Amino acid sequence: MEHYNITIHEARALLESRQISATELTESVLGRIDSVEPQVQAYVTLTEDVAREAAAAADKDLSAGTTTPLIGVPMQIKDVMSTKGIRTTCSSRMLENFVPLYDATVVERLYAQGPVLMGKGNMDEFAMGSSTENSAFHPTHNPWGLDRVPGGSSGGSAAAVAAGECLFALGSDTGGSIRQPAALCGVTGLKPTYGLVSRFGLVAFASSLDQIGPLTKDVEDSALVLNAIAGYDPRDSTSIPGERPDYTKALTGDIKGLRLGIPKEYFGDGLDPAVDAALRQGIKTLEDAGAFVEECSLPLTSYALAVYYIIAPSECSTNLSRFDGVKYGFSAGDAATAWETQERTRALGFGPEVKRRIMLGTYALSAGYYDAYYLKALKVRTLIKQEFEEAFQRFDALITPTTPTTAFRIGEKTNDPVSMYRSDVLTIPVNIAGIPCVSIPCGFSEGLPIGMQVMGKALSEETILNIAYTYQQATDWHTKRPTLG
Amino acid sequence: MPLTREEVVRLADIYHIQLSEEEVAKMQHDMENILEQFESLSQLNTDGVEPTSHAVPMATVMRKDEPVPSYPHDAVMGNAPDTEGEFFQVRTVLED
Repeated sequence: MEHYNITIHEARALLESRQISATELTESVLGRIDSVEPQVQAYVTLTEDVAREAAAAADKDLSAGTTTPLIGVPMQIKDVMSTKGIRTTCSSRMLENFVPLYDATVVERLYAQGPVLMGKGNMDEFAMGSSTENSAFHPTHNPWGLDRVPGGSSGGSAAAVAAGECLFALGSDTGGSIRQPAALCGVTGLKPTYGLVSRFGLVAFASSLDQIGPLTKDVEDSALVLNAIAGYDPRDSTSIPGERPDYTKALTGDIKGLRLGIPKEYFGDGLDPAVDAALRQGIKTLEDAGAFVEECSLPLTSYALAVYYIIAPSECSTNLSRFDGVKYGFSAGDAATAWETQERTRALGFGPEVKRRIMLGTYALSAGYYDAYYLKALKVRTLIKQEFEEAFQRFDALITPTTPTTAFRIGEKTNDPVSMYRSDVLTIPVNIAGIPCVSIPCGFSEGLPIGMQVMGKALSEETILNIAYTYQQATDWHTKRPTLG
Repeated sequence: MPLTREEVVRLADIYHIQLSEEEVAKMQHDMENILEQFESLSQLNTDGVEPTSHAVPMATVMRKDEPVPSYPHDAVMGNAPDTEGEFFQVRTVLED
């Protein structure tokens, strides 16, 4: 197998036994980027020089017998996380030339383990979107079908992992932005419990929902990256205090006796029959591994989409008000007054979807509508959270499809925001409740990947990762790679 | 859910964002469609339900008030679109 196609744990074995050098691995991935990036367009910024330097440093350490879990492993960081000295754009004109003064906590924590930064991942502008078509620079193409979207908003990250343009990527997930692209690109995507991973240095979209997590080729890699990034951070006031376990130790491959709920609302109208069939087969595999499977009901599921599209735009309209053309970022400098500068800066700096969400949020928070929309949504959020809590008294995890369909065509939904929003219908409830969830590949339909979600109660990453790991021990969907170049 | 053109213009004004005529018309159309999706929430009885603003319940976090070095002033100002000396430069705020 080509080196760019291997997993982190495979790379680690090869690097530590000196069968390959970090430089050879990095050059293999750089070569792959050279040949497929013109078609896939998964990156906003490439950092070849940084990569070669880091690979050389890793080789020096490895020669001296020093090793760390992610040493010499090529990675991509979604362009919503701050990287010191490397521009961080959020795929927006507003931050096109913005160079952060510090690294996000997750980047700092990763660097401590010696990986190699290949560049910054393309995304929907400010992480708002489900297809990566909202990038102000260029859309990303799905490596499994170049006329298809990779999903979003972490589409560049999922596509890069699938195409072999990095071994792993960090994404962020506010309403499905790690899991939905992971499903559509056939990779493993984990959204951890809210507060498990620090958000310091993550450009805020919807602060009560945002969470950072890994996109990888398999669950073992997911646990390795989670080990690196999870931890308490005093710079994030929503960071959960206390130690984090070694997540790789939870991967025993034994799920005998675990109770899995299958919420019927996730298998309703609009679910592609091929997705349904793949899920049924996937559930059977888990049953064969010794889990107890039982259908259940989460009647509030259908309300989650409305709750999300009130809360997320409300929080985004507040967070994005910092872009005023004064302190950093783009400025429309030709206006007569300060107010006009602000109005024109936002008019020219933000794209259509960002504007739409800002306006929706302003509406939901404005006098006369606050109680009917924002406060109502927060109350329904309580009910949805309670519904999950009750389910997790009966079940160790819930199994659902990640998306209703496989990857849709580029341009198919760009003129219909409601239809685009609906593609997140199965991923959003998890963010509303703040619980962890992993999406893993569980089949293909007409050459396009299908994803399965494993949801667990808060801080049950070890359980859901072990279920996903057990599934991957019994199947080989996660080992499939697209033909490109 | 009917949303008037004037209301869209008013919201843009509240947020200090300029929208073209074309954008206002499209926004009015899109927002109406989206707001329609929110209507379902009114069917749910939420009497006596506490709102959840953060999914993981947390108390206010306290820490010691210890001074730490700030980022260098000129580096911070390096990202500003317009500066004069040590300051951000802005256009006229109060008009005559």
